[in-house]
Amino acid sequence: MKDELTQRVIAVIAKSQGVGVETILPESTFVALNIDSLDGLRLIFALEEEFGVDIPDDAAKMFKSVGEVVQGLETLLERKVVS
Amino acid sequence: MVTGIGVVSSLGLDREVFWRGLTEGRCGIQPIEAVDCSAMKFKLGAEVKGFDPLAWLTVKEAAMMDRSTQFAVVAAMQALAESGAQVRGQPAAVVTGCSLGGKPTEDEAYRDLYQEKRTRFDPLIIPRTMTNAGASWISMRFGITGPCYTVSTACASASHAMGQAFWMVRSGLTEVAVAGGNEAPFTLGMLRAWESMRVVSPEPCRPFSQDRRGLSLGEGAAMFVLEPLEAARARGAHMYAEVRGLGMSADAGHLTMPCAEGAVRAMRAALLDAGLAAEQIGYINAHGTGTSANDATEARAIREVFPAPPPVSSTKSMHGHALGAAGALEAAATVLALDRGVLPPTVNFSAADAECDLDVIPNTARELRVEAALSNSFAFGGLNAVLAFGSSAYLL
Repeated sequence: MKDELTQRVIAVIAKSQGVGVETILPESTFVALNIDSLDGLRLIFALEEEFGVDIPDDAAKMFKSVGEVVQGLETLLERKVVS
Repeated sequence: MVTGIGVVSSLGLDREVFWRGLTEGRCGIQPIEAVDCSAMKFKLGAEVKGFDPLAWLTVKEAAMMDRSTQFAVVAAMQALAESGAQVRGQPAAVVTGCSLGGKPTEDEAYRDLYQEKRTRFDPLIIPRTMTNAGASWISMRFGITGPCYTVSTACASASHAMGQAFWMVRSGLTEVAVAGGNEAPFTLGMLRAWESMRVVSPEPCRPFSQDRRGLSLGEGAAMFVLEPLEAARARGAHMYAEVRGLGMSADAGHLTMPCAEGAVRAMRAALLDAGLAAEQIGYINAHGTGTSANDATEARAIREVFPAPPPVSSTKSMHGHALGAAGALEAAATVLALDRGVLPPTVNFSAADAECDLDVIPNTARELRVEAALSNSFAFGGLNAVLAFGSSAYLL
């Protein structure tokens, strides 16, 4: 379910950034969350670990908001189920 | 004054083969052989090929050195043999740049420890992995008993090291210095770690190109003999070029992203230390890693310091990014450019990037005698070192 996925993503971001989950909204952008390029790399790694997927470089580059992350992960997780 | 140059690189195992490779625009970035990269996102690197330590060292000596150290010692042997400078028991110094130490040795030791569950280990692991092994072995082999040490500043290590050695010679603290850098990063652990940063290109790096996709790793060493002009002249030694200045700065910014202001300050500091005006610089050997961030930031910084920028090239496009040895390989390229009157190109150049608005000497070397040149090194952690060199032909 998308809501559950969103909440899991928010939890990962919160842990990675060392902030409370309440500070992150489904519509939050990385810029607004002070996630710079290195934070972004660490976050991708944390998401890969949490969801057991490989996030390719071109997909990672598109992740600029919580919404984009959720969308991207949905696609990757669907592919995982199919294969 | 540089009176001796030794090089061990992916372009060849001595100075001349290295230089020939640079002028021919040969790319040393090839499929990696030392590590099985089949499961990795990149499979290319600028490895040193066909290096036989026993062609230079005894079996026992070679066994006491990591690959990285072997590179350092062989390069130093070449440089000292050529220069003819007397160092044994003389006021002499050694400063090497090395960032990773003996990673091949370390990687194997960890595999034995964690994977093979061994409980008995080679007592040489510590002396082989210590970052200063190169400096120590050069000191021991040549009887150099003055100041000897190793500088570690990631990708700027060798530039910082050479600059420190230069200052010691210039100040009269020492009469001869052996300086340079060595690095051997091709282990599974190191490659995986670099892969996770997503900055290594799956193809040979394309510094300053619009479609650049990251850096290419390299290995090797370059060592130089530095001595005062008068000593070089008195001995009739070949004077490749003069080290004129060192400029250093720190970004105090981001851990991995470069900062133009820091680079500007380092370049300006180098010019000041060298007593050179921007207009006198006829060539810049860029840090030019081929990452999106570095090349654009460096181009901006160069334009800030040089309103009419000279030709700039990244020889990392040919010898790869040799990390702690990068500054040394690039100093060799720069010194030889001044000595031979040929500027090495930036190869693998495909399309210009508006954000890197520079004459990057695309793909083909250029015959041009210049008065002075800079070599830039901008490292992770925002540590910057720029060396300024002057043509010996311009000396009266």
